[in-house]
Amino acid sequence: MSGDSLYSEKVMDHFHHPRNVGKIENPDGVGTVGNPVCGDVMKLYITVKDGRISDAKFQTFGCGAAIATSSMVTELAKGKTLEEAIALSNKEVAAALDGLPPAKMHCSMLGEEALKAAIEDYRKKVKANNEPQNIEH
Amino acid sequence: MKTVYLDHNATTPVREEVLEAMFAIYRGVTGNPSSIHAFGRAARKEVEAGRAKVAAAIGAKPEEIVFTGGGTEADNLAILGVAFANRKRGNHIITSAIEHHAVLHACRFLEKEGFSVTYLPVSGEGLVDPKELANEIRPETILITVMTANNEIGVIQPVEEIGEIAKARGVVFHTDAIQALGKIPFSVEKTEAGLAALSAHKVYGPKGVGALYVRRGVRLQPLTYGGHHERGKRPGTENVAGIVGFGRACELALAELTAEADRLRLLRDRLCSDISKKISHVKLNGAPGKRLPNTLNMSFEFVEGEGILLGLEMSGIAAASGSACTSGELTPSHVLSAMGVPAALAQGSIRFSLGRENTLEDILGTVEVLIPVVRRLRLMSPFYDGSQDGTGTGGDTR
Repeated sequence: MSGDSLYSEKVMDHFHHPRNVGKIENPDGVGTVGNPVCGDVMKLYITVKDGRISDAKFQTFGCGAAIATSSMVTELAKGKTLEEAIALSNKEVAAALDGLPPAKMHCSMLGEEALKAAIEDYRKKVKANNEPQNIEH
Repeated sequence: MKTVYLDHNATTPVREEVLEAMFAIYRGVTGNPSSIHAFGRAARKEVEAGRAKVAAAIGAKPEEIVFTGGGTEADNLAILGVAFANRKRGNHIITSAIEHHAVLHACRFLEKEGFSVTYLPVSGEGLVDPKELANEIRPETILITVMTANNEIGVIQPVEEIGEIAKARGVVFHTDAIQALGKIPFSVEKTEAGLAALSAHKVYGPKGVGALYVRRGVRLQPLTYGGHHERGKRPGTENVAGIVGFGRACELALAELTAEADRLRLLRDRLCSDISKKISHVKLNGAPGKRLPNTLNMSFEFVEGEGILLGLEMSGIAAASGSACTSGELTPSHVLSAMGVPAALAQGSIRFSLGRENTLEDILGTVEVLIPVVRRLRLMSPFYDGSQDGTGTGGDTR
């Protein structure tokens, strides 16, 4: 069909051929953001090895931009150290997708937040595991 | 790739007969209808002929038709016009929660101007209760405005009952008949409407021209000033070609109404039943027996609407959705929300609105495209894990 596209070619590519769809069984961290009222829910799963994100997968309920953003976030996250991943901004994600329409930039925010939430979850789990055990006499 | 247009409630393509009528005007009837010379008189004649055709389509008299720049303007003229003309008598207006924004936003503006508005709730099926409406009428009520048929879900309101109540209680009744025109029989006598808004581009006429039916005796303040056109209700040089096109479109719509409604109903029902048979976890939105024959609004659980529309577009199919992402708003369809449809289901709603060019092939093809589109989105969704269908296939029977 003719007419200017709603989205860039990169966004459409990630929408039609998303990378890293699915769950990770026993993930090191999970981040869930968004809510159905706004129309976007993202769930990001990560595994962490030697301080780096070794694997990332996503499940998303949302529009084309939301799905493409999730796909791109998982691609960008893989291989990064936790510090690098925390620093990943929504602008970088949007830029990697050759831009998003202004009304859809909030989807890239969701991607940034989902990754941060997954890392936060991982750090909580690590802290909990390292807490000294209560020894009962 | 063949395109399949299933968004006729959004707009319709201008049909050939209408184009011919309009080009004849653009090329050969170029005067201002208010001029007293021959050029003007020829244009005046065409405008009045168009007016008569629009009037005939709704059982009105030609002098009761006021041409506007579209349906939204007609709704605004009705609501603001009646409100301001009657504000010394009263300041209460009754409407429904599922009206088009043209009505709702006009009402919200009036609230800021000191009017009081009651937004009637609707049932889970999208219907206004005439008894509830009657209960809301007060001595200060000056206007009731309830749409004949809803654009999103196609549900037809009990406007004849509402009109009777309004007449008995002496309150002016306006109905937004924009989606009803050309799809179902609509008569200003039967509905006892004092005003009715109409739009050309929903009936295979041009965009940019609409009409407001104004029954004799209804007090209406104009919204703009500058001349005596349209009996002082809407000044400005008439859109001659647009009016002629609108008239021709109405004439054809009236002639074809019954046959076309029957044809579309069959296609629409086939679309609905095939989707229900072949895709799991789908819900129909809107009272099944009380809808426009061409409209189908369904929710696809676990997935979001824009994603479905993008998938359809890959195969050349155009439809619409009630999701927030497709409307540019932050919340899903106010119509579905008013019906109590949960947010997630409203986000996953798709509206198919059929029209003249659609065939059975279009319908069957759409279902075949929908199946893998929905499946793929479900397999990506955090809300779907296969247990809902026992097969993990994304919820279809193949």
